[in-house]
Amino acid sequence: MFAPRPSFLIAAVLALFIGRPSFAQERPVAFIGAEVIPIAGPAIPAGAVVVQEGRILAVGPAATTPIPPAAERIDVTGKVIMPGLVDTHSHVGGGRGGDASGPVQPDVRILDSINVRDAGFRKCRAGGLTTLNIMPGSGHLASGQTVYVKLRPANTIEDILYRDDAGAILGGLKMANGTNSQQEPPFPGTRGKSAAIVRQKFVKAIAYRDKIRQAAGDREKLPDRDLEMEALVDVLEGRKIVHHHAHRADDIITVLRLRDEFGFKAVLHHTSEAWKVAHEIARSGVGCSVIVLDSPGGKIEAMDFSLVTGAVLEKAGVACAFHTDDPVTDSRLFLRTAALGVRAGMSRDKALEALTLAGARMLDLDGRIGSLEPGKDADLIILSGDPLSVRTKVLETFVEGKKVFDRDDPEDRLFAVGGYGASRDQDAESCCMSTRAVEAQR
Amino acid sequence: MIASRATQRAGLLAAMLCAVIASWLADSAGAAEGTIAIRGDTVHTMAGPAIADGVVLIEAGRIRQVGPAADVRIPEGATLLRGKVVTPGLVDAHTVVGLSGYLNQPQDQDQLDTADPLQPELRAIDAYNPQERLIEWVRGFGVTTIHTGHAPGALISGQTMIAKTRGATAEEAVIKPVAMVAVTLGDDARAKGDDAEKKSPGTRSKAVAMLRGELVKTQEYVRKRSLADEAKRPDKDLRLEALSNVLAGTWPLLVTADRAADLASALRIADEFKLRIVLDSGAEAYLLTDRIKAAGVPVIVHPTMRRAGAGETENLSFETAATLKKAGIPVALQSGYEGYVPKTRVALFEAALAAANGLSFDEALATITIDAARIIGVADRVGSLAPGKDGDVAIFDGDPFEYTTHCTAVVIDGEVLSDEPR
Repeated sequence: MFAPRPSFLIAAVLALFIGRPSFAQERPVAFIGAEVIPIAGPAIPAGAVVVQEGRILAVGPAATTPIPPAAERIDVTGKVIMPGLVDTHSHVGGGRGGDASGPVQPDVRILDSINVRDAGFRKCRAGGLTTLNIMPGSGHLASGQTVYVKLRPANTIEDILYRDDAGAILGGLKMANGTNSQQEPPFPGTRGKSAAIVRQKFVKAIAYRDKIRQAAGDREKLPDRDLEMEALVDVLEGRKIVHHHAHRADDIITVLRLRDEFGFKAVLHHTSEAWKVAHEIARSGVGCSVIVLDSPGGKIEAMDFSLVTGAVLEKAGVACAFHTDDPVTDSRLFLRTAALGVRAGMSRDKALEALTLAGARMLDLDGRIGSLEPGKDADLIILSGDPLSVRTKVLETFVEGKKVFDRDDPEDRLFAVGGYGASRDQDAESCCMSTRAVEAQR
Repeated sequence: MIASRATQRAGLLAAMLCAVIASWLADSAGAAEGTIAIRGDTVHTMAGPAIADGVVLIEAGRIRQVGPAADVRIPEGATLLRGKVVTPGLVDAHTVVGLSGYLNQPQDQDQLDTADPLQPELRAIDAYNPQERLIEWVRGFGVTTIHTGHAPGALISGQTMIAKTRGATAEEAVIKPVAMVAVTLGDDARAKGDDAEKKSPGTRSKAVAMLRGELVKTQEYVRKRSLADEAKRPDKDLRLEALSNVLAGTWPLLVTADRAADLASALRIADEFKLRIVLDSGAEAYLLTDRIKAAGVPVIVHPTMRRAGAGETENLSFETAATLKKAGIPVALQSGYEGYVPKTRVALFEAALAAANGLSFDEALATITIDAARIIGVADRVGSLAPGKDGDVAIFDGDPFEYTTHCTAVVIDGEVLSDEPR
């Protein structure tokens, strides 16, 4: 944001009044006796987590952590507590970004199309997810602005938005290369053309930014407002992270090349072939948000997908988060993604970090979420056992200290296991799920 | 080991190595003649209680003996394999691998021809590609037998077959060239392709009418083919010949349907024509357990992880396999059909999630071994570890259903086909 916009000012004022009180707790709550996996440090066999006013007050061994006398004490012996899961790439909510009018549409915001009543959100909470990066699709070079959401109960999208201290809505920019964004003109027909279109847009955005700088606040000299350019300037200035779909090794390298040229912050997404170029990615310092699939293929750019990607990236020193790409994988099974990473050689600690803190860092939200540390949001999940076991269930999910999922509640259980009515209102067609969609694709 | 594979080009090297081993195994015809002894801390035979410290002895491709290590004499020179957990080679009760290729491009998609809604004459063996990479992929997770063929998506899409996940040609892979005839009821049976809206079937009622009409036509064909006067007999018709086998009960109909109303339609048609049917997918089968049980029809339940969306799949449940099993209905699990990413699922993983959602360990393992083999009609050869059966074994380094366990070796007909931990 190069200049304060009225909408943000209003939002900021509203935030001052609304803030968090509707979710605040008067009394502290202490969860005592569970194995606590804080991510920020080693697991604590019999731990305590104390939360108050939506924040974490204390984390430590049950024996030594001071519990405020007024605290409500909840015995969770035999269970496991870890931070709420952070999904760096989701399509829950039926949102649609850019339309067929062109390949670069950074002015489009996914938040303007999300149905917060979509059953997919209930399933996310059932899977222990508390923060999502909701993305538009990969059928464009830039399909729109993503939105970071916190899975509080919601009546409108405004209830779940992340905002910065100034009230600005937080999200990134979705970009893609490879095959999904290649279509009939005005879309690119080749990889070379894809990169050229993107470079041209950024060159234009630099010129736009420079005019703003030269105006030095003089309204007469400012260029006309342009929503596309404003979004790209946000990217150039590092206020929005580019979340870039890239499967094939050469597509990954192309993203790194564009990033070097224009200096934006980027996260690589899906990265089926990252195992082939792990050292090149490591040198760039860019992180990977990795998908874990049950098989390779389904499209040419995923033909060399491998379960070892997480392990290879870990060894190469690349920051690695996982994502669901829901509906491609089910948000209720996000823990499984990390477990399969471990199956293929990843360390347990890094795999759990990849579901939480690593993802929070890729969204620039690690100051607030991703680990159990004093001062962070009280987003946590209570599990029946080892997070990497197929038999483990998410028992309860808390967002800012408030319970948003309880497996013992019959309605919540319906969303956890499925059954009649469990998917009403759920829009899972955003990504070629039906046979007919595949027919149409041909 | 997985850990040492985790280097930059390890995957590629491993793939090349696999190819070398595979060709070597294929060339050494004598390999199958050898004797293999597989010793497991736990051997799940699926033909009785699990055996602690058991041995499976395979000779000339067949299981010779299964029992506690103390009771099985291992011959000199036998190849020895060890593992924590030994199971029968896994049976995927319904898939499309081998016909629906992993690239998902027009040239490798042979599971569905949409030109005509009624094509029971399409043979699976004529489209099966035993070199397809996804076959090797599922084999790596212990799957040794697959029921594959024409996919859901047309009223009658074609035939299915049963193969081992080995072999360079369809002839080497196939153990049953025709297993069933694939029928789809419900939304996915509607006509597809160009001008689909002008084609039949356009409604559920029309689909059922067309199916009944074709079966009636077949009844007439069968009657006339046996007329005394040869001149009055109709010419041989491959389509009606195929359905004759269905009417005779030789080939069951594999009816893919999800909504309760469509499952009920399948039972109604089976009753009218006295057909053998197997229900497939069955997202809402839990609403009809009494009727399915009364009809004596087995269900090959959709992949546990199948994705929910509007319409056919909006009432999916992780617990369907368990609900049907508790109602006394024979149940198998499957990898199913995937139209995008991932291009196939893995039966092992689907059973694992079912085991975490109501099925016992033994029940879940049965859905991808002996119960699956019974439902697809090959239990005389595969699905359990018992003398005389095919030497198909999967070996694991822990609970096969745990995500972090590896399948460490796979044996088919007494040949070690995969010994790379997956």
